[in-house]
Amino acid sequence: MSFVNSSYFNETTKAAPLAAFRIFFGFMMLISIIRFWSYGWIDKLYIQPRFFFSYYGFEFVKPLGSFTYIIFAICGLAALAVALGFKYRLAIITFFLSFTYIELMDKTTYLNHYYFISLLSFLMIFLPAHAYFSIDAKHNQNLSYQYIPKWNIDSIKVLLIIVYFYAGLAKLNSDWLLHAMPLRIWLPSNYDLPLLGDFLQKTWVIYLFSWSGAIYDLTIPFLLLYKRTRIVAFVLVVIFHVLTRVLFPIGMFPYIMIVSALIFFDASVHEKILERIARLFKVSRKVFDNGKQLVWNPQIKKLTLSFLIFFFLVQVILPFRHIVYPGELFWTEEGYRFSWRVMLMEKAGYASFQVVDGVTGNKQTVDNSEFLTVFQEKQMATQPDFILEYAHFLKDTFETRGFSDVHVFIDSFVALNGRRSKRYIDPTVDLIKQSESFKHKNWILPFNDEIKGI
Amino acid sequence: MRHFLLIIFIGIISWSCTDSDDPVDASDGFDRQAMLINWADNIIIPAYDAYNLSLAELSNSTNSFTENPSLETLTSLRSNWEVAYTSWQTVSMFEIGKAEELTLRDFTNVYPTNTGNIDNAISSGSYNLTLPSTRSQQGFPAINYLIHGLGTDQEIVDLYTSSESHKTYLNDLVNRLATLTGEVLADWQGDYRQTFVDRDGSDASSSVNKLINDFMFYYEKALRAGKVGIPAGIFSNTSLPDRIESLHQPELSKSLLQVALTSAENFFNGVHFDDNDQGMSLSEYLDFVNAISEGETLSRLINQQFESAQSAINGLDGNLMLQVETDNTSMLKAYDELQKNVVLMKVDMFQALNIKVDFVDADGD
Repeated sequence: MSFVNSSYFNETTKAAPLAAFRIFFGFMMLISIIRFWSYGWIDKLYIQPRFFFSYYGFEFVKPLGSFTYIIFAICGLAALAVALGFKYRLAIITFFLSFTYIELMDKTTYLNHYYFISLLSFLMIFLPAHAYFSIDAKHNQNLSYQYIPKWNIDSIKVLLIIVYFYAGLAKLNSDWLLHAMPLRIWLPSNYDLPLLGDFLQKTWVIYLFSWSGAIYDLTIPFLLLYKRTRIVAFVLVVIFHVLTRVLFPIGMFPYIMIVSALIFFDASVHEKILERIARLFKVSRKVFDNGKQLVWNPQIKKLTLSFLIFFFLVQVILPFRHIVYPGELFWTEEGYRFSWRVMLMEKAGYASFQVVDGVTGNKQTVDNSEFLTVFQEKQMATQPDFILEYAHFLKDTFETRGFSDVHVFIDSFVALNGRRSKRYIDPTVDLIKQSESFKHKNWILPFNDEIKGI
Repeated sequence: MRHFLLIIFIGIISWSCTDSDDPVDASDGFDRQAMLINWADNIIIPAYDAYNLSLAELSNSTNSFTENPSLETLTSLRSNWEVAYTSWQTVSMFEIGKAEELTLRDFTNVYPTNTGNIDNAISSGSYNLTLPSTRSQQGFPAINYLIHGLGTDQEIVDLYTSSESHKTYLNDLVNRLATLTGEVLADWQGDYRQTFVDRDGSDASSSVNKLINDFMFYYEKALRAGKVGIPAGIFSNTSLPDRIESLHQPELSKSLLQVALTSAENFFNGVHFDDNDQGMSLSEYLDFVNAISEGETLSRLINQQFESAQSAINGLDGNLMLQVETDNTSMLKAYDELQKNVVLMKVDMFQALNIKVDFVDADGD
């Protein structure tokens, strides 16, 4: 591990960018929690439903009834403490754990950007984001540093580069580039936007959006990285994300990405931002300019760096895991999540389950609305791991209703990116005989079409 | 800010991409508002109007019967009840606006009706029909019980001759239907029509999105499951013949189903309520977004499926209870045909028209 002593890992830089990032991040997260709460989504998504879909291996993570509100409260308070730099390590660890717990409660709500937040907050646990312009640093001189190692800040850039670049790679497929799908379905329905609405009906505009979206994702991190293109790149970031906010229901994500992109700027920009904040709250920024330089304990530095390099290696490899599965990725979704495949599919499905009593031969079709919300049913119908978990839930439920030797069969259809709906799951397979694993689910019927791409 | 950025963006793309217009797609977009206008003016309002008139007739004949109970007035009441119940099938799917607020369908047509509660309410004389808990003791199924289910024709006439409380309850039920429907129709004839037509956007609360979701819910739950699937035993261990619509006058059950299905099909095709002209419709909208699959347009596939379902239902006995008891296989077949259109509409049509089912954040994966 001699690389740890290489000159790059000994370079230092001002701590201001990381401090500004911490403040923005904490603030954005606080807003996100408040927004989520105010829409009544805690109740709607985590308290009302009778059943929750678990991630494989995380079946023990479930909503806690009314106590779910407390998890959100803890998460929001932790976000606030992160922004303030108050008991930072405790705050960011609490934030990471509570946020990730929330995301693991029901995979129905899986979003790539929630995963991004979990990863980012995890990374931030290791970074001295409270060294500058924080309550911690103000109260404890031993924590206060004007300069920190350059790699501390660069690690956040690496994560952003991975997110953008992989999102771009995922767009290099025939549906996206050659058929302008699914934008061909999504964009025209924004016909009521002023000015833009009419343009979105035109084929060339839709192709333009598809292609420029792919090029944007692939190039933007590098344009941000180089000083000469940085300003233009940031303007593009703002335009791109505001457009996505206008066109799609993606909540806070665009703002989070815009603010995150600021990390690429020089420390002077962040010092100005912090100065503004300092004036707004009538506090002094100058007290943090102590000229001190944070030098990591060599042992801890070595351990942390090794761990973070492993962490990033996993991030680089994980999105390619679909290669080991047969069949079309978009169809089977085996290896689809946690891979920055954002906005690539319009998938709609219908799944009707039949529960059979093996002893009496009684058959009964399940009314999904008895157990699932509309949103859960929609997500379930197009994703095999949801279907399997739900089938096993139905078995348990019908056993309590007096069924014995329960078999569960499914009648299901899925339409993907404008293709005609096709039967999705083998209707002759008893889903109870199947169990969840990382192995290929051979009861998914073939796609019988090809989406070329990475 | 939002609009300012849009203008900049449009500036950029218009500058960089002039004259590359694809002639095939050089349209001005589908006029959703024209479709909403067709729905409101030519389908929904005329249908409610007709339904409201049929309730007025029902009200008259109920008065005649309760003032002067006889076999003759009973027959007239029953026939007006049939007309009104049939007319209801043409509006039930439009549970939007005031109808949604009042939960019109639940107060009008919950079956099986709770005869025990009805008997109690009549004997005690204390009941409040505006309570959600009384949904299963009012509406057409409850009236059905009161005019068909209390004995032979003569026994019914005799009962109403002697029992004031029966008269009161029957009148209250009919009045309640008339009041609710009057409110809904007045709202459509008042401000709501404009509100409905103006909400021509594309978000989850837009009229098109909402009404298609309501329509789909109706088709799936009330029509497919309620009228056919549940009696046929799709959702239970055994068939449940006594769960048919119009239990106390089972000869009517098939024709109610037929009218309901035809109304759903007509709505899909934008067929005017009063004549057979066609206006802007979902079918046309699908053709516009060019939803072609397997060489057939989606609108044609859906229409073919409506026809298959119609013919499967035409082959059933007029009395669906009898049908379930004697030959449930044909009933199951009808269900299957209805079911196929759930897939075509809820999966293919929803995707083609980008209908959103619920408002939550999503990034499309």
